[in-house]
Amino acid sequence: MKEDVVVSEVPTEAEGHRRWVRISHWVIALSIIMLGISGVFILAVHPRLYWGEVGNDLVPAILEIPISANHRPEGWQRTVDFTEVSQSAFSANRMYPIFNQNGWARSLHFLAAWFFLLAGLIYALAGFISGHAKHSLLPKRGDFSLASLKKDVLEHLKPRAGAIGAGPPYGIVQRISYGIVLYVAMPLMVITGLAMAPAITAALPILLDIFGGFQSARTVHFFSFSVLLLFLVVHVTMVFITGFSRQMRAMILGK
Amino acid sequence: MIDKRKVIPRRTFIAGLASSAGLTLAGCGETEPPTYGNLLRMGDWVTYKAHRLLLPEQALAREYDLGDISAMPATGTVNPGDDQQTFFDPVHGPEFSRVQSSGFDDWRITVEGSVDRPGVFSLQDLQKMPSRTHITRHTCEEGWSAIAQWTGVPLSTVLYACGMQSQARYVWFHAYDSWIDSIDMNDALHPQTILAYGMNGRQLPLSHGAPLRLRVERQIGYKSMKYLRKIVVTDNFADGGSSVHIDDGWSWYNGI
Repeated sequence: MKEDVVVSEVPTEAEGHRRWVRISHWVIALSIIMLGISGVFILAVHPRLYWGEVGNDLVPAILEIPISANHRPEGWQRTVDFTEVSQSAFSANRMYPIFNQNGWARSLHFLAAWFFLLAGLIYALAGFISGHAKHSLLPKRGDFSLASLKKDVLEHLKPRAGAIGAGPPYGIVQRISYGIVLYVAMPLMVITGLAMAPAITAALPILLDIFGGFQSARTVHFFSFSVLLLFLVVHVTMVFITGFSRQMRAMILGK
Repeated sequence: MIDKRKVIPRRTFIAGLASSAGLTLAGCGETEPPTYGNLLRMGDWVTYKAHRLLLPEQALAREYDLGDISAMPATGTVNPGDDQQTFFDPVHGPEFSRVQSSGFDDWRITVEGSVDRPGVFSLQDLQKMPSRTHITRHTCEEGWSAIAQWTGVPLSTVLYACGMQSQARYVWFHAYDSWIDSIDMNDALHPQTILAYGMNGRQLPLSHGAPLRLRVERQIGYKSMKYLRKIVVTDNFADGGSSVHIDDGWSWYNGI
């Protein structure tokens, strides 16, 4: 079906997936689910996004996400003004209880992050050494030509007659998606995550400079998660469309 | 040592789930934090060990300019004397109100445990010691941040003044609002770890922990305890129980 597009495929990959791909895929998948669930709980505690270093209930947000009632501008009692320091420097007491499950949510988030980081590093390293990344995952030079892109998009829109092969070779749209997710969004999740850690930014203040501050990193963390979520939805949908049992067998058993 | 009244085991859903699955961390005794052998605590432990192994001991948290000082929320306890507060302590809450009414003239902090010369300090005693002022970002576990200027005496100055013993490994803090927590020597002796009595050029306000609070700049906000009344130096890690909220799933180490 796509032989004219993918020419330099590794023969051993024609059937299903290699073992290291399967294992790291599922460890990463499980850790992303855990990171996503705990991440939504963490976000719900303070569902406001900002740019720069500072962001809290007393300053304007660039985006508010309606997933909790934790931000109540009327629920703050102004106590101290530090006007001699700056007009915007003051303090206020929070007068209402908030929803907060961060005790377990944060610990679960960081536990899952360890699995994500380790499996991700193994995946990236193995992909580089074996040539899997270069041959199968990343977009090739010709992929970005309008003609071939159009052809592959149209291919996706055709009604599917029967199951298609699981695993490589991948189409152009697939390779661009995998490229963005694996080499842009996922590393960005890790780097912005590290940029939010006070102990880590003390050692590596460049992490704050890259994004322009703690809150900027948090905002980028949220948006790159949104990209991953969008990918996850499309990815799982495509698994169902192209034959669920066949795709699952390929990713679990490798055949 | 640790106030044994506070050591109340309380199982939460997650803690119970994980420990009932038999997930215990072998060899995690009283010398190693944290003491709770469930899966989430193992992750916290790995993070703690990785940070201590990989990150330079004396790396300073970023310091900002006066113009960066921002509005700052006061959350959690904002007055330990208020019996409607979640963490009201029936013994030390009223005591706080008493020393507060004296303008903190009657306030004293004790330093005890693994020190050669246990000490009792008034606010004036601490203010006479060499001070440090820095402008740093307070990063709350909730997700918000604020920048403020803090003035105080380095914790290490006080610990050495009391003759801290060489085998000491942890420093515990007891607050007027029933909160107890500890930090390791790496954070305790860090130059930015101060006992702060000033904020933004003024006396520390009530809502931010008057008369004395801790600042631990490389950890999440809740480690910078407010309303201090006692400091205890220990050789081992001891379970602070529900007062430190580790068994509610709150990580003891929170550098992330």
